[in-house]
Amino acid sequence: MKDLLKDPKAFQELAKQKKPKPNLAKNLTNAFLVGGGICTLGQFIQNVYINYFGFEPERAGDPTTATVIFIGGLLTALGVFDRIARHAGAGTAVPVTGFANSIVSAALEFKREGFVLGVGSKMFILAGSVIVFGVVTAFVVGLISTLI
Amino acid sequence: MTSKLGKQTFNFATKPILIGYATVAGPKEGQGPVGSYFDKVYPDLIMNEKSFEKAERLMMTTAVDMALEKSGVSRDQVDVFVAGDLLNQIITSGFSALNLGAPYLGIFGACSSFCEGLLTASLLVDSGAAQIVVSATSSHNCTAERQYRYPTEYGAQLPPWSQHTVTGAAAMVVSPQGKGPKIELATVGKVMDLGIKDPFDMGSAMAPAAADTIFTHMEDTQRKPEDYDLIVTGDLGRVGREILVELGQRQGYDLSGNYRDCGELIYSKEQTENAGASGCACSALVTLGLLFNQNYKRILVAATGALHSPTSFQQGENIPTIAHAVSIEFPGGGN
Amino acid sequence: MGTYLTAFIVGGLICVIGQLLFDLTPLTPAHVLVLFVVMGGILGGVGLYDRLIEFAGAGATIPISSFGNSLVKGAMTEAARSGPIGILTGIFELTSSGITASIIFGFFFALLFNPKG
Repeated sequence: MKDLLKDPKAFQELAKQKKPKPNLAKNLTNAFLVGGGICTLGQFIQNVYINYFGFEPERAGDPTTATVIFIGGLLTALGVFDRIARHAGAGTAVPVTGFANSIVSAALEFKREGFVLGVGSKMFILAGSVIVFGVVTAFVVGLISTLI
Repeated sequence: MTSKLGKQTFNFATKPILIGYATVAGPKEGQGPVGSYFDKVYPDLIMNEKSFEKAERLMMTTAVDMALEKSGVSRDQVDVFVAGDLLNQIITSGFSALNLGAPYLGIFGACSSFCEGLLTASLLVDSGAAQIVVSATSSHNCTAERQYRYPTEYGAQLPPWSQHTVTGAAAMVVSPQGKGPKIELATVGKVMDLGIKDPFDMGSAMAPAAADTIFTHMEDTQRKPEDYDLIVTGDLGRVGREILVELGQRQGYDLSGNYRDCGELIYSKEQTENAGASGCACSALVTLGLLFNQNYKRILVAATGALHSPTSFQQGENIPTIAHAVSIEFPGGGN
Repeated sequence: MGTYLTAFIVGGLICVIGQLLFDLTPLTPAHVLVLFVVMGGILGGVGLYDRLIEFAGAGATIPISSFGNSLVKGAMTEAARSGPIGILTGIFELTSSGITASIIFGFFFALLFNPKG
């Protein structure tokens, strides 16, 4: 019998076979329902800002995003967000709630190392790449648009 | 005098004795099937301390104090303190050593620390030079998460092959004379790498190390799996365990009967989200808690560890792993 | 600016794409979100993301891809107004509230709460 301990490729084949498959149907359904739900909530909040607070439709996006960020942050601080996210997956990670969670969870976690060295410097440890790549993309696309 | 058998196995002539030991655990472990065996269970993860790291330290120092008390040994009798944990610079062990005030050897075997510590202690005692050696290990779910993976409140969806780090600590007192289980043999493992890159897939990464060490142990000692009442691995989880059984079949070792994995024993079915438990404390708590209370005659404990770091992973390296095996005899055990 | 139905469906579908990437590829969540932001930026640059927003409202503005779109729109609008230097000065114009809110909330929540593990 082949000694798999000397054959990485064959071993990896065996490992792949034994790995349980994620329950795709459940994960996709949860992501759809929770993600759709959060966006619908955002739509509702936006309508509230337009109809009750008198924001113009184009300007209502700012307070709406800030509100959803607040909600995501609060759920994170209360220790509830990770329990929802475990089931919702992309449903909570892809909306801006995920962005808020990555920042607030980092801020909370590194509080033990102090506010300057912990909270301050590590707050963007997870969200940083989203900001960096977003800015780089905007720079490149902006540059291309001025050159065209 | 210790002698060497075959390639990697050490035979302890004096059969060092575990004259006392203590186990301390977190709430989830306390609520699990092994919970009633632990000496102390904490009701929450912060344990009235200012950080999770300090809580883990509290667990290790508590386990050490309890083990010394149960052995009737005082602090100044300790010749050497051998300890290891998962944290950077093994701070839990270092600070616990400071608290204990004994000469200290820090070890890093990741989740294989339980066996690495036990075999190191046995080597020291069997040399004839040390009379009392204390070995300890610990792990804490939150300190491991925040160091290796994500902030504890981060909403990550973990894959079904991932494992949950155990919160707990254990300490053992090893001595040439006294009453208790005896350490007869230990096989020191080699680092293995079969190309697994996913730090959430510890089972697949560690199974080869467990296989290499256990099979080498069998070759070195000319024994078979049936010579043991039970063979356990530290934390291969369901995925790693299945892989190990298959690897065994291919090498002519039948592990289907008397082999279990501690990572699958410490939590109940309802408590298990994914592939099982992991962490230094996993093998320690299950072995000292559950297995030492089962009337076995002889067991083989193979604790498994992953030797990567977040840095090595981010730099694209594979997950290198290791396993150390210790054969423990129970005088008066069996039918 | 979208209806509740279109917001739900489009938002849900964007998240489904994210979930497929999570489950079927070795990409980490960070990689997937970066991909979304970059795609949002590119679609914003060619004017397609705004059309999605018109159709789906919050279904397009709440997902993180919208962040990429806002960054690009900010740069392009300011560049059209004041020349190439506008690329640098305008990038954060539309996303300023989101980033500021995140920092403020992160800081104050850290003051008031502890991680529970």
